[in-house]
Amino acid sequence: MTMATTQKSTGRPGRRIDLQVIGPILALIALLLIGMALNSNFLSYANITNVLARSAFIGIIAVGMTFVITAGGLDLSVGSMAAFVAGLMILVMNLLTESMGVTLPVILIGIAVALLAGLVAGVINGILITRVGIEAFIVTLGTMGIYRSLITWLADGGTLSLGFEMRELYRPVYYGGIAGVSWPIIAFVVVAVLGEIVMRHTAFGRHCAAIGSNEKVARYSSISVLKVRLATYVLLGLLVGFAVVMYVPRLGSASASTGLLWELEAIAAVIIGGTLLKGGFGRVWGTVVGVLILSLIGNILNLTDFVSPYLNGAIQGAVIILAVVLQRKGATER
Amino acid sequence: MADPILSLNGVSKSFGPIEVLHGVDFELRPGEIHALIGENGAGKSTTMKILGGYIDASDGDIRWQGAPVTFGSSDEAEARGIVMIHQEFNLAEHLGVDQNVFLGREIKRGWRLDHKAMRARTAELLAQLECPVDPSARVSGLSVPAKQMVEIAKALSRDLRVLIMDEPTAVLTERDCEILFRQIDRLRAQGVAILYTSHKLSEVKRICDRVTVLRDGAMVRSAPVSEITEDEMAAAMVGRELSDLYPAKAVPQDEVMLEVEGLSVPGLIETASLTLRRGEVLGIGGLVGAGRTELAEAIAGLRPRGGRVRLMGETLPAGQVKTAMERGLVYLTEDRKSAGLLLDKGLRENLTLPLLDRFGTVLIDRKAEEAALDKAIADFAIRAPERDMPVGNLSGGNQQKLLLAKTLLSDPQVILIDEPTRGIDIGTKQQIYTLISGLAAAGHAIIVISSEMPELIGLASRVLVMHAGRIVGGLEGDDVNEGAIVRLAMGLEETSEEAAA
Repeated sequence: MTMATTQKSTGRPGRRIDLQVIGPILALIALLLIGMALNSNFLSYANITNVLARSAFIGIIAVGMTFVITAGGLDLSVGSMAAFVAGLMILVMNLLTESMGVTLPVILIGIAVALLAGLVAGVINGILITRVGIEAFIVTLGTMGIYRSLITWLADGGTLSLGFEMRELYRPVYYGGIAGVSWPIIAFVVVAVLGEIVMRHTAFGRHCAAIGSNEKVARYSSISVLKVRLATYVLLGLLVGFAVVMYVPRLGSASASTGLLWELEAIAAVIIGGTLLKGGFGRVWGTVVGVLILSLIGNILNLTDFVSPYLNGAIQGAVIILAVVLQRKGATER
Repeated sequence: MADPILSLNGVSKSFGPIEVLHGVDFELRPGEIHALIGENGAGKSTTMKILGGYIDASDGDIRWQGAPVTFGSSDEAEARGIVMIHQEFNLAEHLGVDQNVFLGREIKRGWRLDHKAMRARTAELLAQLECPVDPSARVSGLSVPAKQMVEIAKALSRDLRVLIMDEPTAVLTERDCEILFRQIDRLRAQGVAILYTSHKLSEVKRICDRVTVLRDGAMVRSAPVSEITEDEMAAAMVGRELSDLYPAKAVPQDEVMLEVEGLSVPGLIETASLTLRRGEVLGIGGLVGAGRTELAEAIAGLRPRGGRVRLMGETLPAGQVKTAMERGLVYLTEDRKSAGLLLDKGLRENLTLPLLDRFGTVLIDRKAEEAALDKAIADFAIRAPERDMPVGNLSGGNQQKLLLAKTLLSDPQVILIDEPTRGIDIGTKQQIYTLISGLAAAGHAIIVISSEMPELIGLASRVLVMHAGRIVGGLEGDDVNEGAIVRLAMGLEETSEEAAA
């Protein structure tokens, strides 16, 4: 990492950064135009609401991921963690329904369980990475496997479902909303706005960028590097719990395939949005744009028939690689 | 006199609208050591990078053996035997010495690497350089001077015609400098053309044949070294006569500000003790690796330690940087590029980093930050073209001033300064010396660690010398001289009472 800083930096930074700022936005606008040209239903209220609501889960997680990556870390476990937390939440709610009936307190306890489980999972990742000192990649690869296996075991290889009546009671959290805007969208917007403020205008955000940029400088500047690092993982875990609270009322179930590849989509969204994978610079609004780009690609492919939706992954993959290529060009240009 | 092998004729260089080099003429001849000196930001680095093929000239031409030439990249320059040794080494830390020496030009037998031949050739080169390093050792485990020797060995392994050295002695102790000078002499005798930069004018006077002075991107003087004195060089660099480099020393008061008792760091420092009074500048001398930096870092809470540290009468807990800062003790690192500043961030972010909680409660108060930066730029005379430029693009002197501003932002009482003027020009040095003695006169207590003896002698009223992890002696008043410091630093004698090992 110190070797990289010795590279010559004779170019002017101003123009480069501008291009990096507009890049993702231009891509998003282009996608919107393509969507409009290909299908008249694309801009319909139903379609847009659907796209936004479905991207809310990944989006909320990706906001947390932005902090982790900005501080020079990585978390591969979030998809499995979401599945496990969802399964745990459903189990607890089903159990409580037997004694407490189909009532609001059961939902509130379920929500608390999800948030707490996410928090604890984040603490575990964070402690192993910062205190025990194992690479983030290895720790979260491990916990990814553990949580995926645990949810499979909890569901006995099948599906954990919320009781039918309970599902009806909880449903509005996903399908309801205010003034035609559904709750997941509102939640995503709130998390994103708060995230942007924390990243840009608080000491915590500044410390994350400093640690990702050069951990030694941060330590010598009397920043508690380990605490800040730990906090990024805890925040991400908490946001995973929050995403699950929004996700469970959608289908009312969790299985071994819940949240599959979410971690990669979240990381991809962060990178497309212009956050540096090696840390040191992050922007939350970029991540939001990244999430929207990824889900619009899927949506457009579903609405049109000349490219198979099965190629969704291929196109998303190409976009991710392209985004990183553009970033790198900006960084090494003479 | 031999014809120039590599020369610049009326070369200018612009970065965007700003021209940083104005029509520079410069010649390198085989068998001649040509010094290029100037203050930070005078255009030395740019000139060197153009010669080394790292950047293009905007105007004028570069000539190789008299014929105009353009280097597409540093590789093309290297193919002709032009090698630049950077201040920050370009070594792959995790590879062995031999692997580094032959990196990219490995000797092969068929399709397989010929490890034996490379190792033998590396050993030969190192022996030539009097460098007792095992060719198979990993570079990450080497000392700074040894790494520099590896860089030189790497240059020697090619057909070396032109060697460009960017402040090679900035990271070396006096003894290692001597070895380096012998090598440079030998290369000169072999007909290599050498460009040498240094802020130490005595070195220039001693080893170079010719000197060219740059100021603000233009050549102001070029003469054989025999025809120019050190004072004239300094005056040409600064553009004015330099008054006395070191300001008058403040008189220490009685109040003890810092008391260190039996401090130890396993494997690095054995029971070091010292006291520091209000208004005192205490120097710490010694060779690189004697444990000076480690001692300061241990006091400042950057390293685990044993023993007791009392700051203004109160015990300071070990290993807590933040507490130390809050109680009024700070450490200014010698390594500004990898421990001092975030090179890819702007001035404001760097300045306020240690003290963000003083700028706003929940949200950062951007205006207060900007005001603090205004003040720092004015107080420390920081020259930066733009406020939000990455500080990595600032000159070394301005980086150092920014680092000082950052470290002093919390208004500390006890300040540990490690190598205050490493790699910066004489004008900025003088500013920093004035600042240090001003702080002492204002009642701060200061420890200055330095490998430059004139600096210790000129600044400190008392000097402690370390050798192999121990404080081996203290010198005061008229006893502070180079000879005494060197004898202690080399471990030749001890003056402290508890002298037994």
